[in-house]
Amino acid sequence: MLRRIAIAAAVAAVALGGSAYAANEGRPPKDVHFSFQSPLGSYDMAAVQRGFQVYAQVCSTCHSMEHLSYRNLGEPGGPFAEYSVRNHQTGEMENRVGLPAGEHGEYVDVVNNPYVRAIAAGFQVPDIDQTTGEVTQRPARPSDHFRNPFANEYAARAANNGALPPDLSVITLARAGGAAYVFSILTGYTGEMRGTQYVNDYFPGRLISMPPPLASDGLVTYSDGTTATRDQMARDVAQYLQWAADPHMEARKTMGVQVIIFLLVLSALLYLAYKAVWRGQSH
Amino acid sequence: MSGSSTYEPKSGFTRWLDKRLPIIRLTHDSFVAFPTPRNINYWWTFGAMLSLCLGVQIVTGIVLAMHYQPNIHDAFASVQRIQRDVPFGWLIQNLHAVGASMFFLAVYVHMFRGIYYGSYKAPREVLWILGCLIYVLMVATAFLGYTLPWGQMSFWGATVITNILGAIPFVGESIQVWIRGGGAIDQPTLNRFFSLHYLLPFVIAGVVVLHVWALHEAGQNNPTGVEPKTKDDTVPFTPYATMKDLFATSLFLILFATFVFFMPQALGHSDNFIPANPVQTPSEIVPEWYLLPFYAILRAFDFNIGPIDSKTAGVFAMFASIGVLFILPWLDTSRVRSMRYRPAARWWFMIFVAVALALGWCGGQNPSTVLAQPGSFRATLNWIANGQTSQQRIQVASPAAFQAASDAAEAQLRAQGATMTSVVRESGTTALALGVSRGSPETRVITAATSDDLEAEITAAKAQIGGSSPFVAIKREAPFQFTVTRFAQLLTAYYFFFFIVLLPLLGLREKPNRVPDTIAKSVLGQTQGAS
Repeated sequence: MLRRIAIAAAVAAVALGGSAYAANEGRPPKDVHFSFQSPLGSYDMAAVQRGFQVYAQVCSTCHSMEHLSYRNLGEPGGPFAEYSVRNHQTGEMENRVGLPAGEHGEYVDVVNNPYVRAIAAGFQVPDIDQTTGEVTQRPARPSDHFRNPFANEYAARAANNGALPPDLSVITLARAGGAAYVFSILTGYTGEMRGTQYVNDYFPGRLISMPPPLASDGLVTYSDGTTATRDQMARDVAQYLQWAADPHMEARKTMGVQVIIFLLVLSALLYLAYKAVWRGQSH
Repeated sequence: MSGSSTYEPKSGFTRWLDKRLPIIRLTHDSFVAFPTPRNINYWWTFGAMLSLCLGVQIVTGIVLAMHYQPNIHDAFASVQRIQRDVPFGWLIQNLHAVGASMFFLAVYVHMFRGIYYGSYKAPREVLWILGCLIYVLMVATAFLGYTLPWGQMSFWGATVITNILGAIPFVGESIQVWIRGGGAIDQPTLNRFFSLHYLLPFVIAGVVVLHVWALHEAGQNNPTGVEPKTKDDTVPFTPYATMKDLFATSLFLILFATFVFFMPQALGHSDNFIPANPVQTPSEIVPEWYLLPFYAILRAFDFNIGPIDSKTAGVFAMFASIGVLFILPWLDTSRVRSMRYRPAARWWFMIFVAVALALGWCGGQNPSTVLAQPGSFRATLNWIANGQTSQQRIQVASPAAFQAASDAAEAQLRAQGATMTSVVRESGTTALALGVSRGSPETRVITAATSDDLEAEITAAKAQIGGSSPFVAIKREAPFQFTVTRFAQLLTAYYFFFFIVLLPLLGLREKPNRVPDTIAKSVLGQTQGAS
């Protein structure tokens, strides 16, 4: 809230000063709406799933997400969490990804989640061969951290003209505009270049080392059939990165509603008790 | 108050215990029978909230310490692990981080209340000083705690604050190295900061015990500032004050929960989600919101005071701004305790609160941001159109002799009839002196809102004048700019003026309103206009 006041003050100061924004700061992020932004809003899990697909096929070539493990995808609140739900036509229990609104279901432990196992197995991670002691590659397991595309910072810089692709685990918390900033960066390229850098009005300093990652429509083929326009992909990956940075948001908001309702009732009761105690006492 | 205990042990066990360890008697006398002025208002409920905050910070902190790793390579990741993988870790970490802000929110209200109602006046000086000590310990603990996540703001905040200590005359640098555990912020710093961050809350708890002890010895102040005289003036602490405290604390918890559950990061800085990087300074280094007023005072000193350089002066002023609170009981000379009956002082107090908030705002801004600029940037361009140019080469043996040679060349050109001269320096020892004679002298004044705009207009004007004159003399004038730093200087001046000049003088000069004889009379009499 304080930051919002500070931003408002800064905007007012800039308006008085006459220039739209200082040259070394990027433009304020685009005014883009996400379902999770409202106080009670939740993630659009289909978008988080699609966003993960964009991350896995595009972003993960350069960007690590070292604080996440593949199992996080299938934990409660994750995009591939599986639940055992009764099929109302057949009466049988079936496993399905996500809990449909109003349904009850039992969470299926991520160890038994075939989607997460398959996703993990699609990545090769380094390991030590226990018979030879040599460094080998093996398919990832759900318990593995997300594969780091580079062995170390020097390798990452060497492959990217000296620039270091930041880790994306908490990127929406680490940038002032959050998911809207991510969306604006991904869709904010003007198409111009200066040397090896690209002009992007939403990036501080206006020159970004990252080549336009979503250069054309249809870069990924969404498994749910959604048309993969550049805007759609940017939105989806922004939503996915927000989930990655704040995976317990839905549980947090749900508990928050319960706590606030409890405290409101408690306050009302305490107020009545306070009134009753002080009745007859002037103060 | 001490001496007259009303506790009567009811059972055999409590009678037995009372003779050996009268702890139930102490609790009864302190928190049940303790006489409380019947007129205390909601501003008095923040003490209860503060004890709750201390409890919440200690309990959540102990749990966090079970999972946190004070290691520069693992600290950031361990906080992420707490947020992601520790069951309800996100809740505990949010409670602890938001709890620090709530703690300071409550302590500021508590302190402003103490100043308004004169709660520091005799016989409560020691009570007040213990409170100030708790506040200083809270600041230290909060600063140490903010370092632990080892994000960019953690690292650079620690760098800035330990640099501040380096400004202390003579011993500063030794202290700086001693605190950091080396020349720079590194693993030893994090380790000791973690250790001290775990230690200090228990020191705070100890001083809180003394604070409460002093409170029970002197008794609570109240909105009239009149000491209770008879039993009519007071009610027992329980259930009267307890119920009021519980109700107010419940409302406070709603605010607390709103931040914890719906905007846990709103009070923090996004840069602290970037892992600490000693080779990359963030574009702005700011402390948490509750320390911004003192940060603004520190930065307000952008000028040297005689032999004292600006940094030392700022550090001194920042420490003095907290230090002055310790001697407040002796700065305020008024015989009337509560500002409710001090018509002038209460207005100066309201301004003081506004100044403190404004200082906080300044602390979060870029110090060079221009808030108001009454004039505009001006440049006066002088040149001679269509004159005749003459030139003279200057060549000297050493750069030291250059000025004399260039003055001589210009004087010579003027003697030859040039009305304007200019020296274009080419190297340390060579230059070209230009003179213009005849032609028509021209003048143009350019004004612009910013210096960038002015330079652009000057460039445009020069292009327009072009070849008609070999050179243009430009005189630039910058207008007065009211920057954030200037604003903070005014506010800082008022901050100290309030304590050091106003309170001592007002107490002697001000004519207070009539103070009620007893608390009971103030309650039963006509309704008060002021709280």
